[in-house]
Amino acid sequence: MEPFIRHTAVAAPMDNDNIDTDQIIPGRYLMMPRDERYKTYCFHDLRLDDNGDEVEGYVLNRDPFRSASIIVAGHNFGCGSSREGAVFTLVDAGFRSVIATSFGDIFYNNSFNNGLLPVVLPEDAVNALRAALHDNPGAEVTVDLEAQTVTGPGNLNFSFEIDPHRRHRLLNGLDAVGYTLTFEDKITDFERRYEADGR
Amino acid sequence: MATGPRTMFDKIWDRHAITQNEAGQTLLFVDRHFCHELSFHAYNMLHGRGMSVRRPARTFAIPDHYTPTTGLEKSDYASEAHDALVANLCNNAERNDVTLFGLDDERRGIIHVVGPEQGITLPGQIVVVGDSHTSTHGAMGTFAFGIGASDVSHVLATQTLWQPRPKTMRITVTGERPVGVSAKDVILTIIGHIGAAGGTGHVIEYAGPVIEALSIEERLTVCNMSIEAGARAGMVAPDDTTYAYIEGRPYAPKGEDWEKSLAFWKTLPTDPGAMFDREVALDGSKIAPMVTWGTSPEDALPITGAVPDPGAVADAEKRAAMERKLSYMGLRAGMRLTDIEVDKVFVGSCTNSRIEDLRAAAAIATGRKAKVETIIVPGSGLVRAQAEREGLDRIFIDAGMDWRAEAGCSMCLAVNGDSVGPQQRCASTSNRNFEGRQGRGARTHLVGPAMAMAAAVTGRLTDVRALGGA
Repeated sequence: MEPFIRHTAVAAPMDNDNIDTDQIIPGRYLMMPRDERYKTYCFHDLRLDDNGDEVEGYVLNRDPFRSASIIVAGHNFGCGSSREGAVFTLVDAGFRSVIATSFGDIFYNNSFNNGLLPVVLPEDAVNALRAALHDNPGAEVTVDLEAQTVTGPGNLNFSFEIDPHRRHRLLNGLDAVGYTLTFEDKITDFERRYEADGR
Repeated sequence: MATGPRTMFDKIWDRHAITQNEAGQTLLFVDRHFCHELSFHAYNMLHGRGMSVRRPARTFAIPDHYTPTTGLEKSDYASEAHDALVANLCNNAERNDVTLFGLDDERRGIIHVVGPEQGITLPGQIVVVGDSHTSTHGAMGTFAFGIGASDVSHVLATQTLWQPRPKTMRITVTGERPVGVSAKDVILTIIGHIGAAGGTGHVIEYAGPVIEALSIEERLTVCNMSIEAGARAGMVAPDDTTYAYIEGRPYAPKGEDWEKSLAFWKTLPTDPGAMFDREVALDGSKIAPMVTWGTSPEDALPITGAVPDPGAVADAEKRAAMERKLSYMGLRAGMRLTDIEVDKVFVGSCTNSRIEDLRAAAAIATGRKAKVETIIVPGSGLVRAQAEREGLDRIFIDAGMDWRAEAGCSMCLAVNGDSVGPQQRCASTSNRNFEGRQGRGARTHLVGPAMAMAAAVTGRLTDVRALGGA
């Protein structure tokens, strides 16, 4: 997994709350293997119409935002289905970080397993960021996991909280299974005691 | 570990805590893990590491997402790729000695129906599935939550998961549930009240007289949609209703084990005086049959209401969001919900496909005719068999409805070939009304099973109480 230390890039504002994982990747693509096509499923039905033509005005179809690799959303981004395909397709399409006031819990968890950094900021901070991005389309945002800060256009600067374990794993690109297996003795001990009790 | 009076959640969490790391995350032991077809990513990751399933006896494989509902011939599958995906799950189960409820097994069905039905899911357990509606199992007094593919792979490899401790929320539903109001109406009311992100970061315990009076199947419906309120999980304390439901089920403890388990289960309910991070109370006596009008489950209103007016919303961004919803849904502000005509009705899914749901649906369908295409998909092979023993299939067929032969998720997420067409409007007993959920451009109105049937026989969203049934 690719480590995440800091990332500076064009950020796209997404104003709707509750952008669910069905919108990030429509269900019909979930059966697909993760190959070079996976990036094309990202926000598919919002980006493209029934004929496969670009939906005019959709944020990622607007020039300054085509190269965006950071999303600034509203609240409850990634709610709904547990499909990790939503994170796979964001990562494969080049996104490294999503900033929102809150996330669907499962999406939030899944992000850390794929090198995508979800950042929770207060509502006024997220609103200020989105407003700044609307005013300066194509402006860059820096997400710094080491310093736990987000900086944006017009001297916007915010710090964020993050679980230290998840931060450590992301900074080092650490795989969870490898880490857990270092606790093998404890797991085996637990299983022995737990199952002796008839569970 | 929590000290002093503990919540049910605290007790289950503490029992499964193997260790904590320096960052405060807990390594939890997982009692039961179910896999469906989309576990292929996770099995690929597992096998890619040269590993196999650590605890096959705690793992169950049940195809439900991509299985056809019309039959099990090759021609019933939406495509060869669907067939291959199901076969792949069966192969992964076999390769790892995991218990498989295969295609021709009558016990097969939707994982969240089968787990409790078989007595595999029991009080006090931790249950995980690579599926957000795993919260359903919480109705048994279980901490059950959905995970993504990487975490599925982690559980297959280690039978454990690292988790930060979630917050707790108690939702107390007071009073008495009115006649004509279903469990679906209770949970839609709760979600409408706290919002689609109201439970984020929390585990909900549902409590109070209305919840206690629910049957297990009704509690499963309530807990199922906890995720639609953004909650990590939902749960209901086990009680005599729970024990009576479990006793005698195939995987339930027997004899001496039963007595021992029962004694343990009785220690699970939240201690008097235990503190929750958040408390919410609702008057259950005021709940009416509900329907959603928008594209988030929080967009729920009593059927007696009207489509909301964006013009009345002060905030420009929120107004634009509501306008988008009405445009997607093809609705006019201010129109009465009962004036909305539907094209299709779906009764099924892990929310509402159990025998009590089908009985409630059949009660409305009896002696009436469907005015629109209506499909009914049982939650498991055993639910189907029970429904047919009771003659419910005949009621549906006589009403001109499509009683499906095979259980599965079907039109809820529309990946098996059962779907709603573009701009078609569906009254659905499933759990999500997201844009495109039931098919690209599909318009979903979430309702309970009796309300779905009321829509089927009138061709429009209808207050089931006007048809003299619940």
